[in-house]
Amino acid sequence: MEMRSPLSRARGLGSTGDGYGHWWLERMSAIALVPLTLWFAWAMTGLVGADLAALKAWAGRGQNAVLLILMISAGLHHWSMGLTVVLEDYVHAEKIRVGAIITVKLAAVLLAALNIFAVLKLVFGS
Amino acid sequence: MARRERPLSPHLQVYRPQITSMLSIVHRMTGVALTAGILVLTYWLSSATYGAEAFATAQVVMGSWIGQVVLWGLVFALFYHLSNGIRHMLWDTGRYLDMSSVRSTGYIMVAAAVILTVATIAAGYGMLRG
Repeated sequence: MEMRSPLSRARGLGSTGDGYGHWWLERMSAIALVPLTLWFAWAMTGLVGADLAALKAWAGRGQNAVLLILMISAGLHHWSMGLTVVLEDYVHAEKIRVGAIITVKLAAVLLAALNIFAVLKLVFGS
Repeated sequence: MARRERPLSPHLQVYRPQITSMLSIVHRMTGVALTAGILVLTYWLSSATYGAEAFATAQVVMGSWIGQVVLWGLVFALFYHLSNGIRHMLWDTGRYLDMSSVRSTGYIMVAAAVILTVATIAAGYGMLRG
């Protein structure tokens, strides 16, 4: 049975209105997050019980700060896209759904800014 | 545009829970649960911007029993989502999609998640002993 209208098929955007771009970006960030997550988990075990001086020393060593910023960016990008899909699937009231998706996307940017600022302050702060 | 009458798929409850569907929904649940992980990381890193005392307090919170339990859960959620994410990438190449592969990769994925979780938690406690 043909489930899609001819217009819908010609547009090729699917039910959420943005085609496969979202799907593709979610996979891109997932690929980046495989090595980043393994690094992140290993790095965090080294900071258990650390004081601020040890944390600053860690952040200043090698590429730790860069990797942490990449982890935060890729992670929040992936998080906002994943949560968007969950909201699209389960929240059927359009106003609530759109509001929640906007909130998630803005929260992702806010959280990225807070975390990246914190990392930069560790490295460059007094 | 006129709304079309579309057939509805059978409702979720008519299906017996299966390893395939359970592993799939847990992938979503761990993904949503990692929201808490992002908030914990933000609290922990941001506390460092308020100085040594604030960061020391955050470390005490992390080291409290409830903090430790939350961190164990987050570590498992992270590795479950990572392992099953890799399983999804394999599927995206068009392979391992037959039922027996879906089951076997499912068991391998859960085992990998558990091993990585235990190893990470052990490494974390190893740091405490010095």
